[in-house]
Amino acid sequence: MIKLLTGNDLLTGDVLWWDGAGWSLNLADAVAVEGDALLAKVIAEERINDPALIDAELTPHGPRPRTMRERIRGTGPTVRLDLNRMPA
Amino acid sequence: MYRYDEYDQAIVDARVAEFRDQVARRLANEITEDQFKPLRLMNGLYLQLHAYMLRVAVPYGTLSGTQLHALAHIARKYDRGYGHFTTRQNIQYNWIKLAEAPDLLAELAAVEMHAIQTSGNCIRNISSDQFAGAAADELADPRPYAELLRQWSSFHPEFSFLPRKFKIAVTASDTDRAAIQLHDIGLQLVDRDGVRGFKVWVGGGMGRTPMIGHVVREFIPASQYLSYCEAILRVYNRYGRRDNIYKARIKILVHELGAEEFTRQVEAEWALLEPLALDAPAAEYARIVAQFAEPAYDAAASDQLDLADPGFALWVKQNVHPHKRPSYAIATISLKPAGGIPGDASADQMDLIADLAARYAHDEIRVTHSQNLVLAHVRKADLHALWTALDGAGLATANLDLVTDIIACPGLDYCALANARSIPVAQQIAARFADLDRQHDIGELKIKISGCINACGHHHAGHIGILGVDKKGEEAYQLLLGGSGAEDTSLAKILGPGFTEAGIVDAVEKVIDRYRSVRTGPSERFLDTYRRVGADPFKEAVYG
Amino acid sequence: MGEDQQPVADAAAPPETAANAAILSFRDAPAYEGPVVALADYAANSNTAAVRVEAGEDARSLIPHLARLRLIEVAFPKYRDGRGYSSAQILREAGFTGELRAAGDVLLDQMVFLRRAGFDSFAPASPLDPAAVAEALERFPFVYQNAADGRQPVWVRRNG
Repeated sequence: MIKLLTGNDLLTGDVLWWDGAGWSLNLADAVAVEGDALLAKVIAEERINDPALIDAELTPHGPRPRTMRERIRGTGPTVRLDLNRMPA
Repeated sequence: MYRYDEYDQAIVDARVAEFRDQVARRLANEITEDQFKPLRLMNGLYLQLHAYMLRVAVPYGTLSGTQLHALAHIARKYDRGYGHFTTRQNIQYNWIKLAEAPDLLAELAAVEMHAIQTSGNCIRNISSDQFAGAAADELADPRPYAELLRQWSSFHPEFSFLPRKFKIAVTASDTDRAAIQLHDIGLQLVDRDGVRGFKVWVGGGMGRTPMIGHVVREFIPASQYLSYCEAILRVYNRYGRRDNIYKARIKILVHELGAEEFTRQVEAEWALLEPLALDAPAAEYARIVAQFAEPAYDAAASDQLDLADPGFALWVKQNVHPHKRPSYAIATISLKPAGGIPGDASADQMDLIADLAARYAHDEIRVTHSQNLVLAHVRKADLHALWTALDGAGLATANLDLVTDIIACPGLDYCALANARSIPVAQQIAARFADLDRQHDIGELKIKISGCINACGHHHAGHIGILGVDKKGEEAYQLLLGGSGAEDTSLAKILGPGFTEAGIVDAVEKVIDRYRSVRTGPSERFLDTYRRVGADPFKEAVYG
Repeated sequence: MGEDQQPVADAAAPPETAANAAILSFRDAPAYEGPVVALADYAANSNTAAVRVEAGEDARSLIPHLARLRLIEVAFPKYRDGRGYSSAQILREAGFTGELRAAGDVLLDQMVFLRRAGFDSFAPASPLDPAAVAEALERFPFVYQNAADGRQPVWVRRNG
């Protein structure tokens, strides 16, 4: 299991994933995050809501969050997959 | 319906300006999220899984056609083209941007709407009977009293930082279409010795610890119901628990003190408040009542209804209720089409319904607690044309109160609080029972699904209730039977061990099959069969 | 924890107000700056002119003594803890006309409610900008309900 850093954008509410250099809308871009320093920095900046380190496993198709909740944050509502903000 | 005067408008406009300023300060990092969050919540703006969700207030579930058109416009301009009607008669948008919320609220204010106090630890939307003003069995239209409560509770300086949320419901008939015994305060309009007043229940609620309300006062004169509510709220504000969010509702206070001691404290507080002239003057009530005058009924309209068209006849049988006036009818628009999402309506559908309301229903629409919509004043002569138009837009499913008329919260597909998804379960049950003949044979069966213990899907009040839980990181579902939110209020009981998503749908079918085999006949409702035979036959059917 | 579900009484309360922290007062007379006795100790010190009521304490116990009190301070350990609003209303309803002070986690966005509930002085743990406070207090031209500040509810304006 690796840790991904995720949160919601303050202005838009978009689900964001830390991609190593900045924030991506796309779960597939998320990278493994080591330690708590980055999370602490993001919390202090108050620009990302509910930032959290979440468990995920690396698969050939990209990172797969451990919990259903985080997977749904990655895909959008399972009953309206047409609505996800992720680029197609 | 109620129309704002210059005072109401000025207050709502000021609120928009205040929130605009608060958002600007947040975006400039002048206040922290911790400081901003309750302000945002008091304007109905939640952060959910995917985006901000805005809950717009629909006071006591009543909308004008103009307002519904505005809600459609907002869905298109600020959201993803649809909205979701809730179990408290409000509407939710799921894809709102914080930066745009002040402009959205300004557009709502222009049509006399708002999102004030639809979240937060304050008094929430006052809910009522969706048939108010049209039902034959009501004493009088309860909505003027709900409107007065709305105004009294808006920005109440003493009660804006309560231990927890506070929900009030008002009805005026013995038939309870608003689940008043499952509210923090439930009010039923009654007459006693020629004086109009209210029977008062306190301490009902669902969530983690469901409880049925206690009658705290058999009768309070209508001229004093506001000060009486002040007394109840003050006791709660002072003594409600603030140490544990799961024990913070007034129902817990009533339970821990005991109904008798709680009542004693309320009465003692009211004795001190009553002389302070907190109640509205009679002239104010009269002013509001005048705005709920009966629509200009067509005196020449016919009482007759041609039911030759079988599809239309089925819809009339299931979705149309008698109106107090014989030439009129109350029509329910189902937002539970097969394969759809319970309670969702597209912007196009909202516009269509608003047009139909203007044409056929005196320009008024109601939102129900079951996530459907109602046109309360339709001439019988217009029902067929109405049904034809609704049918063309997928809004004429003849399933009111049947097994596919499911209440489902947004669940884990949308909600940050959820443990499991509820919408797919509702869709699968609806698909399993898609055959309308089968649905009509089963009869009245209210299935209510919540994705977590907070019970926004009202599963405790379901004839069949389903609760989504988290089982070691996987979605799982508990099955409950025998709840009711009507005047025969009861809390559903869990039947046995839980199920997977596929398992719960099978379990529901087994329960229904067993009901059909033990009922006295097709006219015995599922709920009545359950109350007569108990849980054992159903346990045996499901678990073997 | 969910959006909607913040505990109103957190474990960590903000720091005690420093003795020389600015007091924002809306009274004509200067803010009382003498010693303030805790309500729990008041019975033994009933000659004091100033008492402090904690969030969970019963303000009604002061009703027999209101004439002798120049200041009653009501604590807000966390802005979300709304018990102090009831304390203030109770004291004003009982006829207290002295200085009624909200102390602790008092923030700009609660000022309208606090003033309406009867508070006329403030000892916030974090300083408030007087200009921002003035603007906030001017924002709502009308009020819906009766409260301790005596502002006329809209229903009186409408109906005379």
